[in-house]
Amino acid sequence: MSTETTLSTASPDAKEGGFYRSLVIRRQLILAALTLALGLSLCFDLALGPARYGLGQVITALLTPDAVSEPVRVILWEIRMPVALMALVVGASLSIAGAQMQTILSNPLASPFTLGISAGASFGAALALAFGVSLVPAAVDYIIPINAFVMAMLTAGAIHLLSMRRGVTIETIVLLGIAMVFIFNSLMALIQFFASQQAVSAVVFWTMGSLTKATWSKLWIALGVLAVILPLLARHGWALTAMRMGDAKAESLGVNPRALRLEVLVLVSLLAAISVAFVGTIGFIGLVGPHIARMLLGEDQRFFLPGSALCGALILSVGSVLSKIILPGTIIPIGIITSLVGIPFFLFLVLRHKKASW
Amino acid sequence: MVTLTLEHLSAHYGRRQILSEITTPTFAGGQIVSLLGPNAAGKSTLFRRILGLLKGGGEVRIEGATSERPVAYMPQETGSSAVLTVYESVLLARMQGRSLKVQPEDLREVDRALEDLGIETLSKRDIGDLSGGQRQLVSAAQALVQAPEILLLDEPTSALDLHRQISLLSILRRLAREREMLVIASLHDIGHALRFTDQAMVLENGQLVACGTTEQVVTPELLRQVFQVDARIEPCSMGRPQLIVEAAV
Repeated sequence: MSTETTLSTASPDAKEGGFYRSLVIRRQLILAALTLALGLSLCFDLALGPARYGLGQVITALLTPDAVSEPVRVILWEIRMPVALMALVVGASLSIAGAQMQTILSNPLASPFTLGISAGASFGAALALAFGVSLVPAAVDYIIPINAFVMAMLTAGAIHLLSMRRGVTIETIVLLGIAMVFIFNSLMALIQFFASQQAVSAVVFWTMGSLTKATWSKLWIALGVLAVILPLLARHGWALTAMRMGDAKAESLGVNPRALRLEVLVLVSLLAAISVAFVGTIGFIGLVGPHIARMLLGEDQRFFLPGSALCGALILSVGSVLSKIILPGTIIPIGIITSLVGIPFFLFLVLRHKKASW
Repeated sequence: MVTLTLEHLSAHYGRRQILSEITTPTFAGGQIVSLLGPNAAGKSTLFRRILGLLKGGGEVRIEGATSERPVAYMPQETGSSAVLTVYESVLLARMQGRSLKVQPEDLREVDRALEDLGIETLSKRDIGDLSGGQRQLVSAAQALVQAPEILLLDEPTSALDLHRQISLLSILRRLAREREMLVIASLHDIGHALRFTDQAMVLENGQLVACGTTEQVVTPELLRQVFQVDARIEPCSMGRPQLIVEAAV
């Protein structure tokens, strides 16, 4: 066996299972740190507003609501809490949607926005805002989100059906998505051309994205959708991780890339659609949340999926805090903040990060 | 012991027939078989057909297998931009179809596959940072970690330097013997096939033109007819058959 030497230049090293175990522990610590940061950000978000409270007061109100005065309790629990929690749920949903689109399309630019799902949602909302058109019969409070949701799902459905005609390849889906973005942008321009001045500003404001429309009932719906979809995605954890090795490799490992791509596309479209429907267009999170998670945790879905959710939730929650303190007395639409503050931060991370993260 | 027999196997992409009527004798575990043929002869298609990734007529008969998924397949390497360490990428191959929880036994299998191929020192490296040859060895580890009874390898040595080509093939031959595993590898280097493989299948235009022990199959006539080279086969000073190529026809 003289020919059978090692295939790499060997050096004695620690037991490799040991290396992997320490890697897992490090990742669990990162997830714990993100959760802690999220809790802190949530407390700040609750404390800030027209009336400011101390962190101690907020924590007391959270743990023992009866220990604080009635007005404080109402402001924190009834007014600020649904908004602050909506930031977490929407941030997590959009980031997960982006993470899985990037995964199934093997494309670092994929997000709910690049595939036209949010453009579809905006068009649906604009129909309601500009002309009072309701795509399905709904309560007045819900016409805009339902219109947005219906259009977002129709967009995803169209991409789904059309891509099946060409074997559900990555290129087909991406091209169809881009076509959707252009179609809806043109339709939006058409609406703005015909709509009244007031309607146009309502549409523009809606597309900026705002958390202030959040209510407990909307929050429960968004949370419910997230709670149903998250385990469905987690179930495919190993297969989704394998998808990043390329279709041929995934297939060789027993994964059906086309079927998985279609299923995940539907699930993440639902997540993105429900988020955009309730809070408008908040770009960037779906793109950047997963990239930050990938830099911190790699792409093993057991860490990447919760990591993406936590990063997205954290970015939006911090964005919500910033939107209240940048201009005291004014809440700047969150969509503007996340892009304006988040993108330089993201570029800083990308440029500082020596290792390739895509 | 596991055996594999192909009976009247065919495969097509759309209307285009890629493989037709492939029938082989029974290959048994412990052997290493080379799959030879010029470019576009249908070698990768045959692997995909054996694996069930392509539909078509005929039968792939696997007998004596003890596991649920006895066949592992290493496709031709295409590279990946995934942010995963080598260790994780081998682990994920092991974990397909299993629960999210990694058991100590899974880690042992990963350790073993990396050690088998002598690439345990690459464990911590990101797969995106590897050279083509290193990626190919990781890809082989991903197939081995599934503890296959039948291992199909599509050009496993195409990106390797000479030292690693020889090492990998001798490791595969040893593992085939030790684990009674049937290894089928498509190879372009017919000299390697002569030296390392017990049997050879030769494909041309989707048809099996020769099949048997490698020394019987690889003849000057076949090399001229199928591979379009003038070549001789002569024993070296150690008595092993050597391929000497004179010219392309």
